[in-house]
Amino acid sequence: MSKIKNILPTDVSDAEIIEGIAQGDNRFIYRIYKSFYPSIAHMIVNNNGTDEEAKDIFQEAVMVLYDKITQNKFELNSKLSTFLYAVSRRLWLKQLSRKGHTSNTSDISDFEDILHVEEDIQQHQEVENKFDQMNEAMNQLGEPCKTLLKDFYIKNLSMQDITEKFGYTNSDNAKTQKYKCLQRLKKIFFTIKIKE
Amino acid sequence: MQRHNFIEWADQYLRGELEPIDVQAFEDFCQSNPEYAQIFEEHKTFLKTFKDNESRNLFKAALGEGAEKVDFFKTEEEKDFGTKVISFWSKLQINTGIAAAVAVISVFSTLWFTGYFTDVKKATSDYSALRREMNSVKRNVTAQNKVLQNINKNEKPQKETPSHFGATGFLLTKDGYVVTNYHVVNGADSIQLQNNKGKAYRAEIIHTDAEKDLAILLISDSSFKNSKPIPYTFKKQLTDVGEDIYTIGFPRDEAVYGQGYLSSNTGYAGDTIAYQISIPVNPGNSGGPVLDAQGNVVGIISGKQKGIDGAAFAIKSKELIETLNRIPGESLKGNIVLNNKNALNKLSRTEQIKKLQDYIYIVKVY
Repeated sequence: MSKIKNILPTDVSDAEIIEGIAQGDNRFIYRIYKSFYPSIAHMIVNNNGTDEEAKDIFQEAVMVLYDKITQNKFELNSKLSTFLYAVSRRLWLKQLSRKGHTSNTSDISDFEDILHVEEDIQQHQEVENKFDQMNEAMNQLGEPCKTLLKDFYIKNLSMQDITEKFGYTNSDNAKTQKYKCLQRLKKIFFTIKIKE
Repeated sequence: MQRHNFIEWADQYLRGELEPIDVQAFEDFCQSNPEYAQIFEEHKTFLKTFKDNESRNLFKAALGEGAEKVDFFKTEEEKDFGTKVISFWSKLQINTGIAAAVAVISVFSTLWFTGYFTDVKKATSDYSALRREMNSVKRNVTAQNKVLQNINKNEKPQKETPSHFGATGFLLTKDGYVVTNYHVVNGADSIQLQNNKGKAYRAEIIHTDAEKDLAILLISDSSFKNSKPIPYTFKKQLTDVGEDIYTIGFPRDEAVYGQGYLSSNTGYAGDTIAYQISIPVNPGNSGGPVLDAQGNVVGIISGKQKGIDGAAFAIKSKELIETLNRIPGESLKGNIVLNNKNALNKLSRTEQIKKLQDYIYIVKVY
């Protein structure tokens, strides 16, 4: 069954990919790379980029798409390939200007943007920051709080399981621990946010 | 209510662990306590961020893994391209094959129609083996002639079985060993020997020598009785050029006498196995004996050169004797003992021929 599930039809529509990303189905990543990466890699490599940079830019562009899909109700106004290409192009131009390259990019910088993706990128950056904070907060939180919170809120383990797993004397004890961990995480998270 | 108890309650509510009554109670509580509703909202938002972060991290990790596989995808793409090229070729293959076939066919048919191959044949060999192809026209003519001859005798014409090749053969010994040419019996299904009285006997091949173009047959028919002693002998020495010689063969269904002289000690293209003789011979003479004036067999007719008058070839009797000596004993039924008493030497040519005729057979090969 699982094998059959893993086989995706060769032609996947944009809507299916978006739906797949929204539901956190990582099998679509293969599709995304296969369908969209070559043209973007070509664009970057032909404009003073390396394969590695192309990969980074492409990943960021896909993350822009991911954030757009998961954070808002995403409505596709263009083909997915066009969107990703436009975002990648924008991101690459930004990176080039940061690196101080102004010449030799005429063929991609001269033209008007196909899509106005600046807003999407902006939004992505904000989301990125927010989640960076969360990651940072989780890192600062440390064990066993990190695992405990993940087990409870993400893996949906019961309080009873957690009590046994972490060796608490009773589930009330575990509940208290969980509450304390959560409070600490919130505190760290919001402190970082203020700092920024 | 303490704050952490409320959070615990909220968690249970969010996880759907509460009973319907408690769900109602929780919602009512939030409604009536706006400050707790506020806390609940914040808690919910935070948890969403927390959960989203987790799945986002997973997606990012998967994306990163995907990037490592990009090179793999790339090579796959290249592979795809490769198969495209191959499929392109496989499409063309049929066309190429047809084109090549058409070219080959047209070339060879053109060569065929312009007579290139017949020229080639002529150039490579103008030697012609003298076996007679008994085609239906010839046979029909002879049958017709027979009918005409017997028209008043009220005899039923003998039914002739179709034969493919005809040639000549003659007895080596009185117990039924016969010699003819290898090219006559080569590939034969069955062989029949027919004497001048029209009696046919089955024969089997005892030995063949393709190099010397000789075949030794044995009459295996039960109706064959030992003939009278062979009147001729076989000459073991070479015969001199200029010697008067003659032959009897079956270029048609009647025995035909031919006379001439030995013109060279070598055969076609310097072949030392054979003599060149100057006797008019035709297809069907193959395997016929060549005798000298004293009635010694000096050779066996084998072929002639096309396009040159009077150039026929006969295998030397010396070679025949060598071949006979080489036959392994187990393939023989009784030794071949050649006659060494010549009963012809005192006779005139016509008498010789009369005597000889009984020992010379038409070889019919089916």
